[in-house]
Amino acid sequence: MDSLIQFVQQDLGNPGLAALLSNPSFAFIQLMNSFSQAMNLFIIAAGLSLIFGVLRVINFAHGAFYMFGAYIVYSVAQEWTGNFWLGVAAAGLGLAVMAVVIERGLFQYIYDKEHLMQLLLTFAVVLILSDVAKIIWGTDQYSVSYPASMKGAVDLGVTFYPTYRLFLIVVGPAIAIGLWLFTERTRFGRLTRAATQDREMLSALGVNVPIIYTGVFILGSVLAGIGGGLAAPFNSPTPGMDATIIVDCFVIVIVGGLGSIWGSFIGAIIYGLVFNYGSVIVPNWQDVFPFLILLAVLLVRPWGLFGKPEGGNA
Amino acid sequence: MTGRMTRPVLAACLTVLVLLALVPLLESNYLIDLFNEIMIYALFALSLNVIIGYSGNVSFGHAAYFAIGGYTMAILLTTYEWPLLPAFAAAVAFSFACSAVVAYFCTRLTDIYFAMLTLAFSMLVWGVAFKWRLMTGGDDGFVGVDVPAFIAERVPFYYFSLVVIATAVAVLWVICHSAFGRALLAVRENPVRAGFVGINTRLMRWWAFVVAGTFAGIAGALFAMVHRGMYTESAFWPESATVLIMTLLGGMYSFFGPAIGAASLFLLERLTNEYTEYWPLVLGTILLAILMFLPEGLAGLAQAVRRQILRGR
Repeated sequence: MDSLIQFVQQDLGNPGLAALLSNPSFAFIQLMNSFSQAMNLFIIAAGLSLIFGVLRVINFAHGAFYMFGAYIVYSVAQEWTGNFWLGVAAAGLGLAVMAVVIERGLFQYIYDKEHLMQLLLTFAVVLILSDVAKIIWGTDQYSVSYPASMKGAVDLGVTFYPTYRLFLIVVGPAIAIGLWLFTERTRFGRLTRAATQDREMLSALGVNVPIIYTGVFILGSVLAGIGGGLAAPFNSPTPGMDATIIVDCFVIVIVGGLGSIWGSFIGAIIYGLVFNYGSVIVPNWQDVFPFLILLAVLLVRPWGLFGKPEGGNA
Repeated sequence: MTGRMTRPVLAACLTVLVLLALVPLLESNYLIDLFNEIMIYALFALSLNVIIGYSGNVSFGHAAYFAIGGYTMAILLTTYEWPLLPAFAAAVAFSFACSAVVAYFCTRLTDIYFAMLTLAFSMLVWGVAFKWRLMTGGDDGFVGVDVPAFIAERVPFYYFSLVVIATAVAVLWVICHSAFGRALLAVRENPVRAGFVGINTRLMRWWAFVVAGTFAGIAGALFAMVHRGMYTESAFWPESATVLIMTLLGGMYSFFGPAIGAASLFLLERLTNEYTEYWPLVLGTILLAILMFLPEGLAGLAQAVRRQILRGR
């Protein structure tokens, strides 16, 4: 092992990799960082995937929803109440309202249109929302403090780790299980799955399909809002954060398979691991690695690791 | 649709060309730069339309080839001090090569997966431009491009740009109206039937992608010279979306539509910026309006109006 570390350090000239090999707690922290980043991204990506799974619309505005979530947490938690959790709840609620307006006002008209029309319509929403955010919150970068109960760090035996990040690692799987139970075990979830399969049949059976679409859109958007809210303490709300996050979400959702909850979960973990270890081993290029994975997946299995090939497209 | 321009179209083209050639007589630096940029974006939008309007695939990463052309031009002219012609040829060749490779992979997919793959490749290009600081200047941009002395002044450069773009558009027109262009339309309208008729649909889509990428590279190379710089925003995905909007606004089912779209959008942006900083808000609203009420763009609107008038007679 020592000779390997020496080889990496001196012959390969890679101090990052050497540190990972020689310092287990450093490697462990990277692992935890990967998971906490992954779980935050999962919450957002799951919303995007859920919406695509049912509505068949790739929503570019999902990133803007995330940004609104973060801004709302800033306003409610930082400026008005001082309670972080109240802020997150407000972010979820605010996004639910926005989702109803946008789905009923715009998206419901484009489900039958071409993909180009849909992409561009969601892009129009991105443009409008990003400026609305600028009008409301300006162009400053805001900082949101960690919730009072989670300011410290927890002793994990190997090393100390920030409580809040640990909380994210727990909350991600909880949401995944919740979503899974919801789609597999509830009546609304069953109808949702039926709507993905055959919309017309479901409608013929007397189910109000538009309500299901609205419901799914709300759920997906609320996830983006909550994800943005939870990210606010370490990802300061600022203009432009919507354009970056949406690309990360695309990577995760496509790697995992569009429409699959567990696919997004695994996709997010892969993203987290590649990003965090990548930034240690090849510093500065971590932003490029996720795209390489995306390319690899699109070329080998375009429908993603957990997705199903679509009829004529595969 | 014949392989030759109808007389009114030819007359309109020549008129536009003459008017563009007269622009420097106005002796306004502002207007010369404005028209120069409009022409560049018009070429950019026309190139994208080869993929969208003619082969029916939506590329969501077309900015990548614009940026590749631009960065190659900027780096060769400045860092390596190449003369104009070799640098230009290399920029075009490199855009061609990159789009050829990407097209090979993208044409394996269709529809939404095609769009996503083009997006992924463009983000890769963006990532390289953003991170390869030594070569591209990273997020500060590549500033201070050395434009060769004989076109360094505004007016000579304008004419250089006009000649390059007019030639490029003419070549694009010929390509789109050749047997190849017609075959592409067949692929767009009905890929399965086109396949049965004996058209190699994948090869056709590959060529469409490569032609589009190469001409976007030409537009990018000119952009780098007119701005004396190249910036990562040019490769970022919203730029790809903007050129898509230009194409859509003008009308993707007509050859010249995207150029009109580019010009209108560009002028509108300049005009809006005089009054408000919220251009994206205006653009978003316009886009919503087109999608809801004008799905065939300005060109489609013009045709509908003409039909209406003809019917009235």
